[in-house]
Amino acid sequence: MVDHKHQDIDAATGTATTGHEWDGIKELNTPLPKWWLYVLYACMIWSVGYWILYPAIPLPGGETKGILGWSMRGAVTQDLADLQADRAPMVNELNKSTLQQIASDPKLAEFARAYGHSAFGVNCAPCHGANGQGSKGYPNLTADRWLWGGSLDQISATITHGARYGDPDGHQGDMPAWGAQGLSKQQIDDVANYVYSLSHKTTEDVSAGKKVFADNCTPCHGADAKGNPDMGAPNLTTRIWLYGGDKADLVQTITYGRGGHMPAWGAKLDPATIKSLTVYVHSLGGGQ
Amino acid sequence: MSLWNKHAIFEKNSIILSVGILIVVAIGGLVEIGPLFYLKNTIETVGGVRPYTPLELEGRDIYVREGCYLCHSQMIRALRDEVERYGHYSLAAESKYDHPFQWGSKRTGPDIARIGGKYSDDWHRAHLNNPRAVVPGSVMPRYGFLADSPLDYRHVREKMKVLRVEGVPYTDEDIAQADADIKAQSSPDDTAAVDALDKRYPKAVAHAALGGAATPTEQDAVVAYLQMLGTTVDFKLYDEKANWR
Ligand code: HEC
Ligand code: HEC
Ligand code: HEC
Repeated sequence: MVDHKHQDIDAATGTATTGHEWDGIKELNTPLPKWWLYVLYACMIWSVGYWILYPAIPLPGGETKGILGWSMRGAVTQDLADLQADRAPMVNELNKSTLQQIASDPKLAEFARAYGHSAFGVNCAPCHGANGQGSKGYPNLTADRWLWGGSLDQISATITHGARYGDPDGHQGDMPAWGAQGLSKQQIDDVANYVYSLSHKTTEDVSAGKKVFADNCTPCHGADAKGNPDMGAPNLTTRIWLYGGDKADLVQTITYGRGGHMPAWGAKLDPATIKSLTVYVHSLGGGQ
Repeated sequence: MSLWNKHAIFEKNSIILSVGILIVVAIGGLVEIGPLFYLKNTIETVGGVRPYTPLELEGRDIYVREGCYLCHSQMIRALRDEVERYGHYSLAAESKYDHPFQWGSKRTGPDIARIGGKYSDDWHRAHLNNPRAVVPGSVMPRYGFLADSPLDYRHVREKMKVLRVEGVPYTDEDIAQADADIKAQSSPDDTAAVDALDKRYPKAVAHAALGGAATPTEQDAVVAYLQMLGTTVDFKLYDEKANWR
């Protein structure tokens, strides 16, 4: 222990020693720098201000509220309200205008695309890809090949109510699993060949498949196989495929059906966001 | 000798130092943790929060086993940007039946406190099998083996009993029906069984199981768990202002 009355002062530095000594080497007792200590004390005093201003001390009857009346949740509610107020002029415009008006007004359309793009990244990109290019099972939104139609109103309906996702207004109706619906393996093979031939030059005779198609597939995909957006049946004559376009994929699709699930966003996103998403998706290249 | 020099006694005696540390930490703990047990506003009063169904509970255990929490938090903080991205900030009530909770603080991947219902079951399966199949730049590992492992739920009743000791209100009937409930939640077409499940666990969603109702796979359990996260509270009925803190 330091004996302050009989302090041993180190001659070389002028600093007191702790009194410890090993083989003639003494341990200095260098005090903390004064400025450091005073900053520490100042911080302690500063903290008292916080106890008074902000919620702090848990007492048996509840915590002290602080004279500012601040709360974390109150603050975020305010932040969100401010954000909405910031966006309000444009968002109100979106709410008032029809999709067609938004798309044709350059300033509004630009805002809607930017707003839609950011909502797309958060909500849609995991399925449709960062730029809407899609992947197996998740449609490409940048091409003019639609299941449920590519007009502004059709896109908006799909986003709002989804497909096969439990929303009663959503798109329903599956493509039958033809393997269980009376088509033989041979017939499925034939019709797959025929479907393949619609987008590829082939010298094979596909007339057997053409007949199977005419007998079974036209109600949904149409006599020309160009699809029908009311049934969610895609055009089969392009080389853009939702579930893959080689023979094996086609056989798989036709045998088992698919029935993709697109979530319904109407309950999760507000109308202005859905309008913006619609205009954004429509602008990706495939809009009709 | 001034007061400031008294610390020498701690510095020179390790036992006294240890006792001193213990006392300081105990005071800190008492002040920070103690009040949570008696302050009424620690856990909000909200409707809808329910214990996990047996299948979700098994899924949760797999989530913990696989260390998903090392990359995913389940805690949307009350900050503007988080609420904008993930939805309503998490309530304490929403994890009141979590033992242990999965709040986490590491976000290599996104927060998933409100992932339930956002994507389809198909998407979750494709994503668990190979995240890069649906999200090309993802660094999440593959969990394809979950789809090949039949779910071993022999111990689900014991787990529920332990949780009951920890305060989760499972009834005797819930525990007795655990196996039936797992089957019901794995067979959406069996409407009678699903209704019975829904009575015990409101808003429980049944999911067609890869492994069939009798032996769901581990993936089925994880998907059931993910699909309920953040879905139980009806925020339209939640009194926001009363729960400001
Ligand atoms: C869980 C994955 C998933 C998410 C998330 C998702 N979608 Fe989809 N979406 C699909 C699937 C699957 C289809 C195809 C539905 C079908 O097979 O009929 C689809 C179809 C669509 C279509 C119709 C395409 C067509 O060809 O007619 C549009 C438009 C669309 N989605 C937009 C969006 C937008 C905008 C979002 C974000 C708000 C979104 N989707 C989020 C899976 C998803
Ligand atoms: C009841 C209406 C209906 C009938 C009949 C029908 N389809 Fe489909 N078909 C659909 C729908 C809807 C889809 C989109 C499935 C999805 O989105 O999951 C589809 C998708 C497809 C696809 C996948 C396209 C792609 O991009 O991957 C192929 C191939 C196909 N049908 C072939 C056929 C053939 C061949 C027949 C006749 C044997 C047939 N369909 C009969 C409704 C039908
Ligand atoms: C090495 C870190 C890591 C681990 C471990 C991990 N993930 Fe992920 N996860 C990610 C990343 C990064 C993403 C974002 C990219 C993507 O969607 O794949 C992600 C995305 C997700 C998503 C989609 C979230 C969203 O909002 O789009 C879900 C659901 C998910 N992970 C579940 C799981 C589950 C369940 C496990 C455990 C079985 C797990 N993750 C383990 C890194 C991880």
